[in-house]
Amino acid sequence: MTNYLQLSNITKTYGHFTALDDVSLSVDKGEFVTFLGPSGSGKTTTLMIIAGFEKASGGTVQVGGRSISELAPHERNIGIVFQNYALFPHKTAVENVYFPLQMRGVSRSQGLRQAEDMLSLVGLKGFGHRHPKELSGGQQQRVALARALVFEPSLLLLDEPLGALDKNLREQMQIEIKRIQRSLGVTTIFVTHDQSEAMSMSDRIVVFEKGRIEQVAAPLDIYHHPQTSFVAAFIGESNLIPAIITSGTDRTAENPTLGAVQYAGEDTLADGQKVTLLIRPEHIKLSRNPIEGRKNARMIVETIVNYGDNALVIGRAGDIPMRVRVLGADVVIIKEGEECCISWAPDAVFVITK
Amino acid sequence: MGISLSKLTEKTNIWPWLLLAPLGIYMLIFFAVPLAEVAIMSFTEPKVSLANYQKVVTGALYQRVFLNTFVTAAFVTLCCLLVGYPLAYLMAHSKPRTAMLILLLVTMSFWTSFLVRTYSWMVLLGNNGPLIAFLQMIGVDKPPQLLFTRFSSTLAMVHILAPYMIMNIYSVMKKIDPALIRSAESLGAKGWSLFRHVYLPLTAPGIANGSVLVFVICLGFYVTPVLLGSPREQMVAGLIGHQIEEFLAFGLGSAMAMILLVVTLIILTIYHRRFGLDKLWG
Repeated sequence: MTNYLQLSNITKTYGHFTALDDVSLSVDKGEFVTFLGPSGSGKTTTLMIIAGFEKASGGTVQVGGRSISELAPHERNIGIVFQNYALFPHKTAVENVYFPLQMRGVSRSQGLRQAEDMLSLVGLKGFGHRHPKELSGGQQQRVALARALVFEPSLLLLDEPLGALDKNLREQMQIEIKRIQRSLGVTTIFVTHDQSEAMSMSDRIVVFEKGRIEQVAAPLDIYHHPQTSFVAAFIGESNLIPAIITSGTDRTAENPTLGAVQYAGEDTLADGQKVTLLIRPEHIKLSRNPIEGRKNARMIVETIVNYGDNALVIGRAGDIPMRVRVLGADVVIIKEGEECCISWAPDAVFVITK
Repeated sequence: MGISLSKLTEKTNIWPWLLLAPLGIYMLIFFAVPLAEVAIMSFTEPKVSLANYQKVVTGALYQRVFLNTFVTAAFVTLCCLLVGYPLAYLMAHSKPRTAMLILLLVTMSFWTSFLVRTYSWMVLLGNNGPLIAFLQMIGVDKPPQLLFTRFSSTLAMVHILAPYMIMNIYSVMKKIDPALIRSAESLGAKGWSLFRHVYLPLTAPGIANGSVLVFVICLGFYVTPVLLGSPREQMVAGLIGHQIEEFLAFGLGSAMAMILLVVTLIILTIYHRRFGLDKLWG
């Protein structure tokens, strides 16, 4: 079902401060959509408006074609996993999961059985009798997930649920959440400021900035074709080079330091238009001498950050700061302070007009 | 110059003891020694025997007074809870200005000497006081006796002890993670069910703390029940005072004091165990 969740022209103001400015979005049934953005960008506010904890100053929220804007949180039938899990400390794991069923009048024996089943689904068979304090962070996370899913909610909202976990556990939970989400087919909104989390889990990513939606697209699409320089800078690493279109039909732009630069894609830009050129660090090649058939430039190497399997070379081409990602072995040829050659193919250059 | 900090924490370990000494000596002279003397007296006055304890345990008067003390303490605790819980809730969840105002009123009442507060109740409830005058004004012919009754002493004790209850519950309410309430709402809880299944259990540690504190203080309350209460509804502390001041029955008074002390210690031990349990979900 398309347009299962429909946000229409949502605004939210606090006095003179506009937290959300005309946010519209539609999400399909079963889709996994991530709200990505820096803190204060409006992603959590949007989530809280969907959940009913914040009231929008304008606009409507619809689920399955029905407006829920006027419903109280307890009437919305939406499962939420909070950042710190918000498990009830006085209840055991299985009682926590039973709670939403209890509120819906399910009998204790049947409800506890359903809760146990849900705990098994999230991989916590046999942990039901423990209190939250007796569970690890990852296990608490699973209980919170089970509790948010056991009553078959119309939506699942996840508010930075992985923030408190260490790196290994976080990756494990990313896979686990995806698996559970897929097996139940529940429409999910996931809020994070971690771009790699967004890239690895989502069907689509919604990038928020200053209370507005910057871009909505599939992860790879957003990585390769960011529509604004903010998105380009926020997702992945990027070299952003200011330039002016010299020939829109030939796809050529000019930068004072680099000279003429060919770009890929769009061929309808007007001559003289100011644009930003995006070149991802992994698309730039490092060499001693210029390479034929590519755009070449000179770069002074300032810092080399070695990651073992790869390295990040940070330097300057004239006045432009440049980052180049290379395979570990290639770094051996250069040292910090040296000058070297960088080059890229025209199709590595993406033009951003906003 | 002088004592360096590292010296204070050195292995010699004499400094901490020296620092503790003034308090330790004070407690020894003015608390431990008199307490021991009371304990000894309870077995030796007027002669070495268990007669004092026997008298307290079997005497109808003493049984009644002990029972009355526990019932009064329990009732005062219950009243403090009923008055304190909603007030603590208002303090914890109102807008900052309202909360400050209530907090100010509670702490002001707390900081006022309880003797002063006891005397104010005497003025308010006395036969020539404003309350009786008001009752007469609205046409009550024979206004009831308010002062020197169970009513007046209970009222004053609730007033004096309620801040202990309020502050204990308030501090627990203030620490409740708002996400817990939100999550309960998102899971379908509202109103009474939200309160009963989530909010009340989360505030239970505060209720336990406040209740034990109020109950224990109330058990040994002397001045207020003596000044405001009915002579026929004595509490243990008042009776002890009576025995010693009027009958010079030091042994009997001491035995009652020891029983009260032991009961209080038992309650505090149970509380301590419970408190450890509460920490599990604190």
